[in-house]
Amino acid sequence: MRQTSLKMVHELARKDPRVLFIGSDLGAGTLADMKKEFPDRFFMEGVCEANIIGMAAGLAMEGYVPYINTIATFLTRRCFEQVAIDLCLHDLPARLIASGGGLVYAPLGPTHLAMEDIAILRALPNMTIVAPVDAEEMVRVMEASLDWPHPMYIRLAKGGDPVVSRAENGFEIGRAIQMAEGSDALIVSTGVMTTRALEAARSLAADGVAAAVLHMHTIKPLDAEALLRLASATRAIVTVEEHLASGGLGTAVLECVSDAGLAKRVLRIGLGDVFPEGYGSQEHLLQSNGLTAARIRDTVLTAIGGRAS
Amino acid sequence: MNTNGPEGTPLDERSIYLRSLVIDSLEGGGRGHVGSTLSLIEIIRVLYDDVLRVRPQEPTWPDRDRFILSKGHGCLALYALLADKGFFPLSELREQCKAGAMLGGHPERGHTPGVEASTGALGHGLSIGLGMALAARMQGRNSRVFVAMGDGELDEGSVWEGAMCAAKHGLSNLTAIVDYNKLQSYGLKRDVLNIEPLTDKWAAFGFEVRECDGHAIGALREALRPSTSGKPVVVICHTLKGKGLSFAEQNPSWHHKAKIGVEDVARMRGALETQA
Repeated sequence: MRQTSLKMVHELARKDPRVLFIGSDLGAGTLADMKKEFPDRFFMEGVCEANIIGMAAGLAMEGYVPYINTIATFLTRRCFEQVAIDLCLHDLPARLIASGGGLVYAPLGPTHLAMEDIAILRALPNMTIVAPVDAEEMVRVMEASLDWPHPMYIRLAKGGDPVVSRAENGFEIGRAIQMAEGSDALIVSTGVMTTRALEAARSLAADGVAAAVLHMHTIKPLDAEALLRLASATRAIVTVEEHLASGGLGTAVLECVSDAGLAKRVLRIGLGDVFPEGYGSQEHLLQSNGLTAARIRDTVLTAIGGRAS
Repeated sequence: MNTNGPEGTPLDERSIYLRSLVIDSLEGGGRGHVGSTLSLIEIIRVLYDDVLRVRPQEPTWPDRDRFILSKGHGCLALYALLADKGFFPLSELREQCKAGAMLGGHPERGHTPGVEASTGALGHGLSIGLGMALAARMQGRNSRVFVAMGDGELDEGSVWEGAMCAAKHGLSNLTAIVDYNKLQSYGLKRDVLNIEPLTDKWAAFGFEVRECDGHAIGALREALRPSTSGKPVVVICHTLKGKGLSFAEQNPSWHHKAKIGVEDVARMRGALETQA
């Protein structure tokens, strides 16, 4: 997914002279082809995220569309004020490509786990937050990003993720994609958790429970229209995200459903209010934090009282 | 440099007039950063009178020079010059900070004509400015970019990230300006967080370093000339916080006033008259 997104920056740079790439201190050889073809639009600026965001803002004020890449935690925690003021207050079209969304960097420990990135960025006016499900959807995200007039956070998964998105569904920022149908329950998921949501829906179907899956690739702006349309026709809602259960997708769904006055049960699956412990692989941490198809299935059953209608 | 230092530099008629505009804002809004504004007046005056190529009737003219007031709390000095140059009517000055006003307690891009960046949180302007300077170079424009910072602002690490980055890119079209009044909000700069040796620091970070009396018009004009070294320039302006109002000079309690009453205004106007 990261390779795809960076390759797409190069593609977009070929298409549009406004496109720039800014990295911090990325791996040797990152985007070497783009650096060769467009040396004036390739920047590697060192471990100074606050400066990089300000620099990107200055460039965007003069008409450029900077794509910035580094590790998600450094791109959010370290330079939050620059993201808030330089990018969001000025409402500039800069793109933050965040490597290692969620628990990807499990073996590297909690300094590298982007568990609250969605929550803190969701609090910023003008920010757009997108978490694609696979590399093919990433291509579509990047294409859509070119002319989006606002700052945008693109959350990357580990890479090599199974492809479940479909070209015919297209991609539009802020327009959720329904990937499974069913009126017993609605599972709302984002990022690669959609793959697990689909797996849970298949498992539930085998037991006669029809669960819809709504892939909320854009967490902000939330597709309230799609959510409320499906929510009003279902018995209960379960949200799934590789992120704190508080402040992210689940909270956004709760707010939307509550604001609309819909009396539906909403159960949220996500990380608890602790820094995840244990290293190991991403899969290990996903399992130990209950971000699994089995847990989604069980939560759906709990939410609907255990029975199909 | 004036051998008496910035405290001895006399103010001419125009500097006194610009200060009277600042007092108009303080009176109208009933609040403002007094000391931090008054140390900046001559710096911004020389920029707008003698250096910047701008079009007040066309504030977003693409080929203009850019000026970012990174120490946004000194905005009353910027507003005085922008109004004086005709970016907006002088009558707006008295409205500062009022509900629905064009002028806020810190500068806002897109809200006030002539303001290039929204500032107020310190340590942002240099990085934004170097992005603008890079853009000018890439777009083949000969625009210069100026970023004015306070000495307290130099406490922020991001300033030094930006300094390294500007030097790396050889941004000779970028000029950093330090309003070095040696007094931050709490007290003396050297006591709160010493920034010396300041000229050596900027030189070590790859800048062409100039120093001048920040209230001496001729010295400022000379110091703000283009880079001669191919490096970005920093002009360290030795200034006096509260310059022009004897009771506010180097007085930390005049850094910011949240409430300015009739008596304060009379006192300020009186102090200004003694200089005329």
